[in-house]
Amino acid sequence: MNILQVEALRKSYGELQAVKGISFAVRKGECFGLLGPNGAGKTTTIRMLYGYTPRDAGRLELFGLDIDRDIREIKRRIGICQQEDSLDPDLTVHDNLVGYARYFSIPRQQAERRAGELLDFFALKSRAADRISVLSGGLKRRLMLARALVNDPDLLILDEPTTGLDPQSRQLLWEKLSALKGRGLSILLTTHYMEEAERLCDRLVIVDHGEILVEGKPTLLVRERVGHSVLEVADPDQAVRDFLAREQCRVEDLGNRLLVYLDDGDQLFLKLTREVRTEGCTLRPAGLEDLFLKLTGRELRE
Amino acid sequence: MNWPRPSQISYRTLRVWQRNFSVYRRTWKISFLPPLLEPLLYILAFGVGLAVMVGELQYAGRPLSYTVFIAPALVSVAIMYNAFFETTYNSFVRMYWQKTYDALLATPLNLEEIILGEMLWAATKSVIAATLMGSVISLCGLFEYPGALLLIPIAALGGLLFAAFGMICTALVPGIEMFNLPIFLGVTPMFLFSGTFFPLENLPGWAQSLAQLLPLTHLVALVRGSALEFWSGSLWLSLLYLLAVTAILLPLAIALMVRRIVR
Repeated sequence: MNILQVEALRKSYGELQAVKGISFAVRKGECFGLLGPNGAGKTTTIRMLYGYTPRDAGRLELFGLDIDRDIREIKRRIGICQQEDSLDPDLTVHDNLVGYARYFSIPRQQAERRAGELLDFFALKSRAADRISVLSGGLKRRLMLARALVNDPDLLILDEPTTGLDPQSRQLLWEKLSALKGRGLSILLTTHYMEEAERLCDRLVIVDHGEILVEGKPTLLVRERVGHSVLEVADPDQAVRDFLAREQCRVEDLGNRLLVYLDDGDQLFLKLTREVRTEGCTLRPAGLEDLFLKLTGRELRE
Repeated sequence: MNWPRPSQISYRTLRVWQRNFSVYRRTWKISFLPPLLEPLLYILAFGVGLAVMVGELQYAGRPLSYTVFIAPALVSVAIMYNAFFETTYNSFVRMYWQKTYDALLATPLNLEEIILGEMLWAATKSVIAATLMGSVISLCGLFEYPGALLLIPIAALGGLLFAAFGMICTALVPGIEMFNLPIFLGVTPMFLFSGTFFPLENLPGWAQSLAQLLPLTHLVALVRGSALEFWSGSLWLSLLYLLAVTAILLPLAIALMVRRIVR
């Protein structure tokens, strides 16, 4: 069964078409990724899912319920971790959780129990009495995530959960998300960190300019669209270029760097390093980032 | 612009009120000080300093000491200030910097409930302030009972009105520094020209008519009439005026906030 069904979703802001007819579905128990560069329409899409932003057209169903008819019931069953910190600075860590539970009409006792569990799970117990202003970025994110789980949601929606975090906090958050996934929680995640998507997402879409470019399992997509591995040559000279032209392979020329997409083995790499030159040549497995950049281009956004 | 529908409002509105109340409770000792001390300062300044020069004045055909005359006005101004400053600066901070509304919108609450809850809270602050101030003033023996008990429902109505007025400003200002404009053009003139510190009859005729449009004029009339037990038929008109203005401003404030936030 699909937890979330999005069909032909559209949203415009005046002339700007932020979302141009996006369709996808999230299945029960999977982690689904919404990937795209800044301004691709990810956050707009997410916001339409919980009625924050009214959509111009399209159908939205969560848990088999229509968003126009059952928005309250839908909102009761989803947990949303917004991109920007929206913790209540007037309350303590603990009260942020218990206070938030009140909006879901969760009885006090149950809210206290849930808050205790979540503080434990996210290693926040020792900070329970602290004010929000003294928390680091990583702790705030953990608390944001904990707060999104206070109503024990059937779908967790995360909008760029690790943007701006240090590697330690990011690793911890990924660990926690993996654990939640392991317990069968359905997750919808937006990100522009490919490592994050590779690690967490069972399936994903890459969006840009409000449209879906590809959809599928990350490893399969990379294999199909990019290849098996990537040969990088730094500061290529004419000899290297001539060699690659003779070999008739897929080369992307970035000026001072060449990317060669390879479908099989390391023959070409070995031949290049043996016959032409060794320094500056590296062979690495193809990844989601290669696919992402291939589809969305390399120019800067915003 | 979409006007709010009654069906959009549920008991969840009270959750917003509850949130603000919990925060208020943490700092109530400090929040209680201004309404307790302010009337004492005013009464000291006006009652001791200015009243000597003003002496007695005639109000509604009865002689009245200046201190007794301004005491109800102090409560009225507090009702206005508490609600107005809550839904302007405080609500703006919650909306814009603290992202409190964003957080609440991710729960079963809707925006209409959030805005209404904010205004109910602001009106509650007016009631708290009026009660505290009224108690201090009563201890000085300046108010009549049981008439002064009416201050509580009057503060609730006046509080709602000025909460809605403040919320409309919040919905319209581009940035927080722009609140100076409605304060300079609206709140301060009301503070001075609503029969607060001198009877309206002292003004030229045209200014009296203008003053009759100011909501604070009618709030002052009601508070003074009740607290000093100066009963007259015109109080019903003042009540009607406040009810009518509130009935317009309250849904307007919600509609304008929805227009501002939803995109």
